[in-house]
Amino acid sequence: MHVYWTLVRRELGGYFNSILGYVIIASALFLMGLSFVLMLGNLRSEPMPVTLTELFFMTPFFWLIILLAAPVVTMRLFAMERATGTYETLMTTPVRDVQVVAAKFTAALCFYVVMWLPLLACLFLVRHFTDEQGALDVGVVVSTYLGIILMGGVYLALGCLGSAVTNSQTVAAMIGLGLGAAFFMASFLAGWLDSMGPWQRELLAGFALVDQMRDFTRGVVDTRPVVFHLSLTFLVLFLTLRVIESRRWK
Amino acid sequence: MNSWLMIEVQNLVKRYAGQTALKGISFNVARGQVVGLLGSNGAGKSTTMRILSGFLPATSGVVRVAGRDVFSESEEARRLIGYMPENNPLHVDMRVRDYLKFRARLKGLSPRRSRERVDVVITQCGLADVTRKIIGHLSKGYRQRVGLADALVHEPQLIILDEPTIGLDPHQIRSVRSLIKSLAGSHTVLLSTHILPEVEMTCSRVLILYGGKILAADTPEGLQNQMSGDSQVVAEIAAPRAEIEACWRQVPEVAQFDVVPVDGEFHRCALTAHAGADIRSLVYWTVQERGWMMRELTRSRHSLEDIYVRVTQGDQEGA
Repeated sequence: MHVYWTLVRRELGGYFNSILGYVIIASALFLMGLSFVLMLGNLRSEPMPVTLTELFFMTPFFWLIILLAAPVVTMRLFAMERATGTYETLMTTPVRDVQVVAAKFTAALCFYVVMWLPLLACLFLVRHFTDEQGALDVGVVVSTYLGIILMGGVYLALGCLGSAVTNSQTVAAMIGLGLGAAFFMASFLAGWLDSMGPWQRELLAGFALVDQMRDFTRGVVDTRPVVFHLSLTFLVLFLTLRVIESRRWK
Repeated sequence: MNSWLMIEVQNLVKRYAGQTALKGISFNVARGQVVGLLGSNGAGKSTTMRILSGFLPATSGVVRVAGRDVFSESEEARRLIGYMPENNPLHVDMRVRDYLKFRARLKGLSPRRSRERVDVVITQCGLADVTRKIIGHLSKGYRQRVGLADALVHEPQLIILDEPTIGLDPHQIRSVRSLIKSLAGSHTVLLSTHILPEVEMTCSRVLILYGGKILAADTPEGLQNQMSGDSQVVAEIAAPRAEIEACWRQVPEVAQFDVVPVDGEFHRCALTAHAGADIRSLVYWTVQERGWMMRELTRSRHSLEDIYVRVTQGDQEGA
């Protein structure tokens, strides 16, 4: 277990030792700021029965952050180590492949959570200046973050997979972005294909990311999306592990 | 399973898509030896080392490190090996001490033990001045030492170094070599190089790899003997030519001789002994007995370079 934590610490250090980590956080902060401005604009209009977090989620930048940040956060994980050769020194120590994959994903997820922390500041700001106690409900904030982490988990796992199959960080980011975009588009598929049978619609409903996220921002935690995202994350990570292991039988 | 054997390689074959890098090589390395893997670029040195270190799987064949199969008991085998790959890749964003500590922890050392070992290897590799520096800011020589320190940090039984002195200046090469020499006995070292004097200076055994095959495996001296067959001794003696010739004719150990005048009354005698015999002391005593003057007595040695060229040439012609 300590090998796993050593690796997690190293990977997290990798983000904060390089300019990349700060650039990602700064860009995400910029987009969050834009969202914040739009959110304030919405607040000024006639009263709506929605939570602050839902207002934030309704701005288009929210999905942009997830879609763009995940591949950029994960692109370095395997591709960079391969390109610089440190992958060889890593894999010749007595570590297991599963430890490496798990540690890299954990580090990416931790970084991703750190990246989202400024959102809390935005919410606190609103609450501070509105004196509205109901503006910031702890439960709603927790469920919003749960949604952000669950969705992010899938996107980060897809990014890991992209990084595991190539030596080039650019290619890794493109693969991650492509897979992420495809996954996002699947959520609209259900709406477009009305003429399908009930079970197909049921299946596609599972991919309805936007609806699921809206629930999370309202403070509704449904077990179905939770299970769906967790299992999808594990599936993609398992595929990543297989790619990493393939070196041993190639 | 032999307990004195550190490396056992039997019929190791490695095929990449479209080409065979190793064509069934076999060799053993005893504990405590420093063994040089010699070969031109693309001879299969790095492939051999990558398989030994557990990074690449073999296509077929058996590879054991201290009795453990590097494929089926990979984790245990990797625990015993300190490996420095070609070009010595490092995490350039980390500080030297942090990096070594990270590596020690990865290799399964406890926090306390890793602190102790990091201190030891920092002294051993002469890194005391740069422990707080970022690896990316270090000179190539220091980076190489960081790589070596990493390979040594968990006290591995077997150290595998892929071209440890490549790209270093002569001073740095010397310090790295002396470090490697100091490891002999307590550790088994397998190092690869295409610099021939390096092998002569540091290794107790040489494996010559060429085109995915082992062409020769012996001590540097053994290779000398094997190559030269009968060794030649050159002596410069001040005496009349006829007397010298008559003298060598009487010595039964001398199989063949050739006397040529050099300057003044000195003659250069090239004496070929019978197979394996070393006639240097015999020559000295003979000259002493007769009261001649001698100003040079050397054994003409085949340099490892000659040997290497000859061995690989023979193979090229044969192919």
